[in-house]
Amino acid sequence: MTKSELIEAIAQKQTQLAPKDIDLAIKTLLEQMAQSLSEGERIEIRGFGSFSLHYRPPRTGRNPKTGDTVSLPAKYVPHFKPGKELRDRVNG
Amino acid sequence: MALTKAAMAEKLFEDMGLNKREAKEMVDLFFEEIRLALEKGEQVKLSGFGNFDLRTKNERPGRNPKTGEEIPISARRVVTFRPGQKLRARVESYVGHDE
Repeated sequence: MTKSELIEAIAQKQTQLAPKDIDLAIKTLLEQMAQSLSEGERIEIRGFGSFSLHYRPPRTGRNPKTGDTVSLPAKYVPHFKPGKELRDRVNG
Repeated sequence: MALTKAAMAEKLFEDMGLNKREAKEMVDLFFEEIRLALEKGEQVKLSGFGNFDLRTKNERPGRNPKTGEEIPISARRVVTFRPGQKLRARVESYVGHDE
């Protein structure tokens, strides 16, 4: 399922709103979620799961083409932990 | 503070002028439709954000950490999230505290 298919699926159930409003709403929500994580703020959705950042310490990497070593700085990566309801339903 | 469904509904109310009921329904539907797709075994790809993938795991030996007793961990299907390039790039530069 892609973003546009998700928007269509919601439009089938939410007939009060115009499809373009649903499109905007979903894009607004995804942007808010991305923004929240980029500021280091967790996302907690009961029954779905939580998103947080995991720290990756600095390391020395290698350019696979030239073999040169490059120092890679510390960074954060997004992490998702599914909630109980999602885990149970997917494994049903 | 963490971002919650309440704050997400509030955002739709403020930015788009949805009424509070519509806003709450929209947020609920958003997460429910993703769950429904995953429940059906379908991957969910949200461009600019990331993909929710499904992985099937075989049964493997486990142990009750309290008693030390050996018990098999049954075969199961699990959800994994793979953040997209754009989200990774936005998060990477976050300057926070080491965890």
